[in-house]
Amino acid sequence: MTPEGSLLAAEGLRKAYGPTPALDGADFSIHPGEVVAVMGPSGSGKSTLLHCLAGIIRPDSGTVRYGPHTLTDLSDTHRSALRRTDFGFVFQFGQLVPELTCLENVALPLRLNATRRKAAEHRARDWLERLEVDDVAAKRPGEISGGQGQRVAVARALAPQPRVVFADEPTGALDSLNGERVLTLLTDAARDTSAAVVLVTHEARVAAYADREIVVRDGRVKDMAGRI
Amino acid sequence: MSIGHTLLGLLESGPRHGYDLKRAFDEHFGQDRPLHYGQVYSTMSRLLKNGLVEVDGVEAGAGPERKRYAITDAGVTDVAQWLARPEKPEPYLQSTLYTKVVLALMTGRDAAELLDGQRTEHLRLMRGLTERKRSGDLADQLICDHALFHLEADLRWLELTAARLDKLAAAVRG
Repeated sequence: MTPEGSLLAAEGLRKAYGPTPALDGADFSIHPGEVVAVMGPSGSGKSTLLHCLAGIIRPDSGTVRYGPHTLTDLSDTHRSALRRTDFGFVFQFGQLVPELTCLENVALPLRLNATRRKAAEHRARDWLERLEVDDVAAKRPGEISGGQGQRVAVARALAPQPRVVFADEPTGALDSLNGERVLTLLTDAARDTSAAVVLVTHEARVAAYADREIVVRDGRVKDMAGRI
Repeated sequence: MSIGHTLLGLLESGPRHGYDLKRAFDEHFGQDRPLHYGQVYSTMSRLLKNGLVEVDGVEAGAGPERKRYAITDAGVTDVAQWLARPEKPEPYLQSTLYTKVVLALMTGRDAAELLDGQRTEHLRLMRGLTERKRSGDLADQLICDHALFHLEADLRWLELTAARLDKLAAAVRG
């Protein structure tokens, strides 16, 4: 049963890579506007959980529900379409298209959702400004620092106004000051737009930006607040 | 924290009354634990007795006399020595947490549950500090960061201990 009021919920997820189980009956839920940290040691199944929740990979068994949809029953095409319109992604690094300017990178998901170029670039510029990197709009990813690149990536994830943002170690490659600024901007922006954030991290300081945390251990989820 | 040295340091910028010292202390260092007036006056008496401060003037009024204190040369030297001396690191291995984990294992209780409960408590505190940082000024941010890094170190220890519980259980149960 999906927890009441949840936006995204998973139940009994199992996923194995060959003989190795990555998820072994994992449950999860998140509400609109909520930031949930997914913690756990390396290899515990954190990233596999995120990929299943985002519909990037299909679990061997179990269900993922998103609003009225059962993600695990949808075709690859449908899941891809939903990811484009409703989900945003921020990874540790290597996510910007090197040939495009930062402005074009942020506008890209809007363009893929059929927003006209001018409108897309206008909105992209607003988000770059909000993430305090409007000065790099005309530069390419190779010409900016890691911290700036990660802010551009956050702007790109948030520009299409997703309902869920999936962030996998988003500050793992940044120094403390840059990492904290990125987290502040990401969580503030998400809360302002009522987007839910699934924040995968092994760092407690990062998890402290979330409303609550869950711990993945040996493929199972332990909700520290006692919720599913 | 050495209250005596801190008050001495505050006096280096110029003489102050006890009340001003308390206010300056609370403003810079007393976010979590403001000083009591009694602490200020007992500390100043001790510093006076040890020749580290002197009375710079006395104001008579309706209430008790208000003394203004000034730091002496010996006081300045004392502050300099205190600032130059590294603090002794705490002996974490003998901490209460370690004792609790070992006792839980020795008595057949769930030590993993104990560690999880502690992790939740640490993170709850870290969330509060992070929130305070977001709305605070630079001084708030630096003070919270110091506490956050310490809590993070504790959490790493909790993680490592959780991963080694089976070995530790075997060791303590003989």
